[in-house]
Amino acid sequence: MARLLSVLLVLIASAWPAAAQDAFDAAVTGLAGGFSQQAEAVERLGALGDPRAVPVLRALSEGRLLKRPDGNGVVPPAEAAPPGAEPVRVNNRVRVALRGALGRLQLVSPDPAERLAAAEAVFRSRDAANAPLLEAALARESVPRIRAQMELSLAASRLVAADADAKRAAIAALGATASTDARGLLLEARAANPGLLAEIEAAVAAIDRRLSLRRMAETLFQGLSLGSVLLLAALGLAVTFGVMGVINMAHGEMVMIGAYTAVLVQEALRGVPALLPWSLPLSVPAAFLVAALVGAAIERGLIRHLYGRPLETLLMTFGVGMILQQAVRSLFGAQNREVVSPPWMQGTLTLPGGVEVTQNRLWIIVFGLAVLLAVLAAIRLTRFGLEMRAVVQNRRIAATMGIRTGRVDALTFAFGSGVAGMAGVALSQIDNVSPNLGTGYIIDSFMVVVFGGVGSLAGTLVGAMTLGVVNKVLEPWAGAVLAKVAVLVALMLFIQRRPRGLFALRGRAAEG
Amino acid sequence: MSVALASPAPPRAAVARNAFRWALIGAVLLLALLPILNRLPADSALHVSDFLVSVTGKWITYAVLALAIDLAWGYAGILSLGHGAFFALGGYAIGMHLMRLIGPRGVYGHPVLPDFMVFLGYRELPWYWLGFDHFPFALLMALAVPGLLAAVVGFLAFRSRITGVYFSIITQAMTYALMLAFFRNDMGFGGNNGFTDFKELLGTPLNTPNARAMLFYASLAALLGAYWICARVVGSKLGRVLVAVRDAESRVRFLGYDTTRIKLFVFVLSAVLAGLAGALYVPQVGIINPGEFSPGNSIEAVVWVAVGGRGTLVGALLGAFSVNALKTWLTSVAPDLWLFALGGLFVLVTLFLPRGLVGLLRRREP
Repeated sequence: MARLLSVLLVLIASAWPAAAQDAFDAAVTGLAGGFSQQAEAVERLGALGDPRAVPVLRALSEGRLLKRPDGNGVVPPAEAAPPGAEPVRVNNRVRVALRGALGRLQLVSPDPAERLAAAEAVFRSRDAANAPLLEAALARESVPRIRAQMELSLAASRLVAADADAKRAAIAALGATASTDARGLLLEARAANPGLLAEIEAAVAAIDRRLSLRRMAETLFQGLSLGSVLLLAALGLAVTFGVMGVINMAHGEMVMIGAYTAVLVQEALRGVPALLPWSLPLSVPAAFLVAALVGAAIERGLIRHLYGRPLETLLMTFGVGMILQQAVRSLFGAQNREVVSPPWMQGTLTLPGGVEVTQNRLWIIVFGLAVLLAVLAAIRLTRFGLEMRAVVQNRRIAATMGIRTGRVDALTFAFGSGVAGMAGVALSQIDNVSPNLGTGYIIDSFMVVVFGGVGSLAGTLVGAMTLGVVNKVLEPWAGAVLAKVAVLVALMLFIQRRPRGLFALRGRAAEG
Repeated sequence: MSVALASPAPPRAAVARNAFRWALIGAVLLLALLPILNRLPADSALHVSDFLVSVTGKWITYAVLALAIDLAWGYAGILSLGHGAFFALGGYAIGMHLMRLIGPRGVYGHPVLPDFMVFLGYRELPWYWLGFDHFPFALLMALAVPGLLAAVVGFLAFRSRITGVYFSIITQAMTYALMLAFFRNDMGFGGNNGFTDFKELLGTPLNTPNARAMLFYASLAALLGAYWICARVVGSKLGRVLVAVRDAESRVRFLGYDTTRIKLFVFVLSAVLAGLAGALYVPQVGIINPGEFSPGNSIEAVVWVAVGGRGTLVGALLGAFSVNALKTWLTSVAPDLWLFALGGLFVLVTLFLPRGLVGLLRRREP
């Protein structure tokens, strides 16, 4: 119905300019006449809804509009003033008319923000007389967000009209939205329209349904976004802990190193303004390399001496993490650093149905999935991945087949650390880059890996997303901190039932 | 085969053990002298400062915590990264008692409610604060609450045969969750600020030489008691089974021992000792806040044991005193270096000194 109406309006509008030309010119000429003629002309200009009227009326209200010396109409504000031209004088009646006309004309202003504000003002005024204006404005409007507001305002002004059919149509149009404003409007209209109560109730119920759906969608999105942060933080761990079985408590520091690499890349690119918007994508490979190098050094220098002694590895890597943290603190200072988001990551995006998502969160979800796929591909499809799986399954046989197991260990650890470094680049967008950036994620990451099932990347994905969504679903009831505590407790209980996680390895691989 | 044995010389190991014992007794006596020397006039050559007494008193409580960790980790192979939580819970229990003793002397002057509750708009004392005005009850809670928590966590974990690093990570998550919970104001434990501004304990105003000496001797007594209990456990048949569980748990289970119960007993005992340590610690430092639950604290305590030498009770004591002495010295001389040093200790001990300082001392012997 609404669509049909707007199509109709568009058709009318396209046939309109020729006729409007004359009406506009005639009205403008009228501004040079007597006061009552002026007022009439102003009102006509306001009702025409032609954006060209705005500068003319503004000039008139500010006393800048000039009369042609020959008495033949006014000088358009853009034109140079001819000699002897005098300003048009107005009285109070014309001034009142001017204010009303300018307000309505804002609906067709060239500035979208002004149009939106005008549409909102009309919505609040709830005046049936505004309906034709809105129809005219809608016919020219192309910005979806403003169109939606105008349609809402149109329905609102029709709701106070006398015509019952128009009211019914308006209620239906309002009921088709998912706006709290429309809901308020309908609730308000209940008292005035006892005959339409059933329709109004149905429309309110429809809005409520849509609103709760939207809220669910938004919670889901927030949960997925938190989940992808957890996924990013845990993926590296899924390689070093899940695949290699090395407890790396310095994992959080690898993430932190990745974030600081992003800071450094940004600093380095300050001299090259053309590349600056791309500093974040460029940081990703840089962070991978830096974290991977640090990881390889730690594996070769320290961890390899402790294979088969997990508790010692845990303590040792914790110490390494402390040293790395303190080293970064002395190099960069303890204060937070900022990594600027590139323009294409800023702002929010409105999905159909009015669900609002922030761009950088959206990118992190995309990035998390991309990294997951890259890790999967590296393990499943490359020679390195094959050797890695071989060493994990049977180190000695792998060695007899000519695989240099020590080198594979170092590469695997470096790979896991590099993935953590890439996670750091993503985290730099939503968290403070500080030396203890990683400590907040280490326990969560271990929880994700253990929950999902050690050694299973699919488990890591499902684990991260589940924890993220559950956290966000609980948050409104329990508050952020208690939600986290509840998730931790639930997880501890879950591990009771499934000590090997959601996606437990079965068969021989499980015994390793 | 009747060879006349001349009275045989005692074996060298026994000599060493005797020397060790005497050194230990000497150290305890030396410690016991500190509060007395503190009372000497300030210009006396033997006078020790208030600072030294209070800092040593603090280390003694750390040593009790180290013993607790060593009993679980060094003997039974249960590496808990959440012992700081038991320590903090013991501290909070005594802290609640100390808060109740402030009475109307708080800033707001409320006769019953502690300042933070008045500030947060509490009308009456939450039910779980009842009884804490009695010292014996508070002390009982300082031991019982950590013990109960350990019993629940340990039962769930050991029953499902969660061992090794998995258990470590679960206990770390436990202390992390508790930290988050205690940071909340509506828990009724003072939130971020915790408890402080204590006035007195057992009728003795805190922060006086008398109170310091009293707490010092109480801590020393607790340390000796804890050592005695641990030595009894370790030296008994149970102690041998514990070591066997550490080295080959499945085998011990197949031999018919109920390893779940054995581990649970040790873990709970260890948590109770940690709670005792916390209860003695808080009146001495005069503050308890959720920071005590931070996972870093627990793991730092584990490193004391690792540095001293796990699997020996003396090692736990040696580690607690030496690492904390190093910390106190280094944080006053070069604060930035402390974390490097602590991290370095982790690496050094795990890579080069798996048996800690005690191992280093014993290597000299054949």
